[in-house]
Amino acid sequence: MTQMNVKTDDEILSENSMTASSPVTQEAPRPTFVTRGVDVFYGDKQALFGIDLDVQASGVTALIGPSGCGKSTFLRCMNRMNDTIDGCRISGQILLDGEDIYDDQVDVVHLRARVGIVFQKPNPFPKSIYDNVAYGPRIHGITSSKSELDDLVKHSLEKAGLWGEVADRLDEPGTGLSGGQQQRLCIARAIAVQPTVILMDEPCSALDPIATARIEDLMGELREQFTIVIVTHSMQQAARVSQRTAFFHLGELVEVGATADIFSNPVEQRTQDYITGRFG
Amino acid sequence: MSHSVLFLILAALTFAGFFMGRKRAVAQAGGVIRSLHSRPNYYGYLVALWCGIPAFALLLLWVGLESNVVDTLLAASLPDSLTAGMDPASLSLLLNDIHNLAAGVATSRDINEAMAGAADHYNDLRETGLLALAVVALGVAIGGILVGSKLIHPDLRARAKVERAINRALFICSLLAIMITVGIVMSLLFESIRFFGKVSPFDFLFGLEWSPQTALRADQVGSSGAFGALPLLAGTMLISFIAMCVAAPIGLLSAIYLVEYAPRKVRAVVKPLLEILAGIPTVVYGFFAALTAAPFIRDVGTSLGLSVSSESALAAGAVMGIMIIPFVSSLSDDVINAVPQSMRDGSYGLGATQSETILRVVLPAALPGIVGSMLLAVSRAIGETMIVVMAAGLAANLTANPLEAVTTVTVQIVTLLVGDQEFDSAKTLAAFALGLLLFCITLALNVVALMIVNRYREQYE
Repeated sequence: MTQMNVKTDDEILSENSMTASSPVTQEAPRPTFVTRGVDVFYGDKQALFGIDLDVQASGVTALIGPSGCGKSTFLRCMNRMNDTIDGCRISGQILLDGEDIYDDQVDVVHLRARVGIVFQKPNPFPKSIYDNVAYGPRIHGITSSKSELDDLVKHSLEKAGLWGEVADRLDEPGTGLSGGQQQRLCIARAIAVQPTVILMDEPCSALDPIATARIEDLMGELREQFTIVIVTHSMQQAARVSQRTAFFHLGELVEVGATADIFSNPVEQRTQDYITGRFG
Repeated sequence: MSHSVLFLILAALTFAGFFMGRKRAVAQAGGVIRSLHSRPNYYGYLVALWCGIPAFALLLLWVGLESNVVDTLLAASLPDSLTAGMDPASLSLLLNDIHNLAAGVATSRDINEAMAGAADHYNDLRETGLLALAVVALGVAIGGILVGSKLIHPDLRARAKVERAINRALFICSLLAIMITVGIVMSLLFESIRFFGKVSPFDFLFGLEWSPQTALRADQVGSSGAFGALPLLAGTMLISFIAMCVAAPIGLLSAIYLVEYAPRKVRAVVKPLLEILAGIPTVVYGFFAALTAAPFIRDVGTSLGLSVSSESALAAGAVMGIMIIPFVSSLSDDVINAVPQSMRDGSYGLGATQSETILRVVLPAALPGIVGSMLLAVSRAIGETMIVVMAAGLAANLTANPLEAVTTVTVQIVTLLVGDQEFDSAKTLAAFALGLLLFCITLALNVVALMIVNRYREQYE
């Protein structure tokens, strides 16, 4: 990490507002995810109430809101990670490219290969860096030869901006990396399965500001190729990295729109209150 | 006055000391509790400690030394007519008779004047001793209360002192546990050294024949005794191996099922049931092995045309395996449970199935702990006695055939020490050498297991 390009918030904000107002992104692209009337229950407690949200392809959508508002729950619905939680029930429709992901016909294994996820706390497996990245391709049989797998691992690590730091120590344990490196390793691990969507659940909340800035830069690059949905507690982060922002409150989707609009000109009073720090 | 009365009085004094100390502290503070350094109770504890520790220590010391001191005094006072020409052993028999006479129990010899006098003297000595103890202990206790109360002052750091006393007490408890272990090992070691004076360690460790019957008289033939422990070790290893072949897969797989697959309700029922297995006394497993498993294996073997002895290593090993299933499953359960959920989420998030996640992430992460639990189970199997005594037989065969009768280190220790013993023959002493050997093996296994567990413990942090 000899040379580090840390942008100030203002620079990033101005960049983003430029892209947001440019005609290319103004014309809404075909949505990747369409959700209609999604209710989620944990046991008897309802966590989400009738969420209707479209997630645009290619671009970063940020989900913001106070703690316990259901934004992480919603994120975890998008690749059915909630299936592993006892007593969690979901109703409503979540369509990925027009296909209901909660349909009985859908294999959750294939779904998760298409919709990768990066968690709040870096969770590399206690394996080598190489094996961490190669894990997904191996279980899905993506590559047919060792050299192909090597290439895929290298490519994924390059994409995650980690290759330069780990190229000469791929067989060291992934758990030996620093927190920020571990999180980029987890991103590389998700990329290696070649998903179309990457979900990120507060990916920077366990990281220091420098590592956070690197991940945010990375999201700027990855959004060219992947649809990214990020849950974040930091409104500055949402403003820096996302093109669209959805504000959740008490299990409801209050408002969704272009990030620049949400932060400068929200329609709903609750959004206004949250953004200006009146609650949350 | 007896010891127990004295004990109760001292306890009451200690209690009184607590209340006096607390009261005095409050009085010293002029009723303003906050001006005290510590809460009033700590001053009470401090006085109670001052009162109780020295007094109870004295009481304990006297209970420990009383018989020695009294007997020495008694022996010195015995008239020559009684003790003339006695060696220490018969003197101790005589003293025993005097004790009995003093307690009014039947004695093994005729009572004469001198004996009766000695018995009276003995009773006198004991009473005097107890009285002296009572006076001294009560004095010390009351003195302790006075000194403790005198110390009390609002600035006295009573809490720190009490906590240091508790700290010491905890330290002494742990020290005691260690000392007892060391004592046991020492007793093994000294008897083993005596054994190795009669039989060379090399013959013991590498000898291929075990027949510990030694001649009682010089003119007996054929019982020269052979003390090669290898057949016993081989038998132990064979049975432990069979036990682990049963326990390792069943225990591990049931742990995986319980942690990863079982619905919560099933787990709530199955886990306690499995642990009941651990609560069955090993002697009951022994019945089962000897009366059910062994005949069954023999009958099956016979119908297959194999010669199976009615006491087979297979029966003992299999039943021992059943016995240690809960051991393996409960330890593995803990280890598998300790793999963070985030590991599983990471794997599921990449589209892995549950079985892929378990095989490729959970088990590798838990492997060191699983290996450790297996080694602990092995050392348990090696030390197990009752089942093998009842089901494996006594024949020291050097064999790897699980259908034959074998014997183990523990079984031989039992047979060597059951019945009347003379503690100067190699036969009896061999038990201690075997015990030492067993101890070394299980200790080594436990150390290796703990090292493995510790070394990889923080791997996923």
